[in-house]
Amino acid sequence: MGAFQARGQPMPQPKRKNMLRKGADGRSTHDVGGLEFGPIDRHEHDLALWEKRTDAMLRLLVGPEKRAFTVDGMRRVIEDYGQQQYDRTTYYEKWIRAVRNLVVEQGVLTRAEVEARMDEVRARWEKAGRKTSKEKIPW
Amino acid sequence: MHNPKHDHDHHDHDHDPHAPQKDHDAGTASAYEVLEEAVRALLLEKGVLSAQEIAASVDLIDSRSPALGAKVVAKAWTDPAFKKLLLKDTRAALKQMGIDIGAAPEFATVENTPEVHNVIVCTLCSCYPKMLLGIPPAWYKSIAYRSRTVVDPRGVLQEFGVGISDDVEVRVHDSTADLRYIVLPMRPKGTKGWSEDKLASIVTRDCMIGTAVAQAGVVRN
Repeated sequence: MGAFQARGQPMPQPKRKNMLRKGADGRSTHDVGGLEFGPIDRHEHDLALWEKRTDAMLRLLVGPEKRAFTVDGMRRVIEDYGQQQYDRTTYYEKWIRAVRNLVVEQGVLTRAEVEARMDEVRARWEKAGRKTSKEKIPW
Repeated sequence: MHNPKHDHDHHDHDHDPHAPQKDHDAGTASAYEVLEEAVRALLLEKGVLSAQEIAASVDLIDSRSPALGAKVVAKAWTDPAFKKLLLKDTRAALKQMGIDIGAAPEFATVENTPEVHNVIVCTLCSCYPKMLLGIPPAWYKSIAYRSRTVVDPRGVLQEFGVGISDDVEVRVHDSTADLRYIVLPMRPKGTKGWSEDKLASIVTRDCMIGTAVAQAGVVRN
């Protein structure tokens, strides 16, 4: 098992287009109960290591010892994502973005620090032979 | 409700849920994976989190599995007093088994009977009895499951291979951040005299979500 390898199967691919919210008049993006989204993709998967770490960081940051932000704050960030971003990101992609935004909002880290460190990580991984996406993650 | 002509671009792959798939982590790192590495490194450097804390939290995630929920169900199937308490006060019943749900939100158990079949969903996101079942499956968090279960539960159950006859009521429980549910499935025929361990072995994750029914011949992975 290589340094970047995780166990098991990939997360299902998110939808890559902006899905209509037919009949969702005035509802928030995440409020999908009763709408129509077709068959359920029942593939099982194990989480990738970065997804587990995202889950772990979130648990710790909202936990009684750290209280860096709250679960409600986290939900607010995710629920305020534009529909296009909401639909084209996977579950833990939404989570890690929310963690980023909240630690910056709370003054734990700065935007500049995060952006600079992402560049460093990309450079390091590329040097080690792994390609990295240059995609910008909206704030 | 479901329109088969609706265009779904995630549906061009084959549908065997157990088909082997390529490991995506070995390929190009997504920007989100890079972000996770960057945020974690910064939080460690600043002493907000420690590597030990993160490792312990990952271990906790790995340790939670439907096996725990199955143990609870098997006990409820064999111990009427426990079952009564579980349905009335899930938190207290779990405590009796040495499972402390601590600061976790309220937790309710809903019982399947010959008259009522229960199924759980979280239409807004992904609330789930993680304490007893571990991390929810991807489909539980999918927009398709979240949107359709509340409006066409019988159709959704059919997709899972569960046919509920018309004279059985289907109750859908929409979980929230403050109240989560777990389904107590019906004990199947052909299990008379079984030990709790043997009973627990046939309680699958999906039985406790309500998207499956327990069967004497179907063993949990």
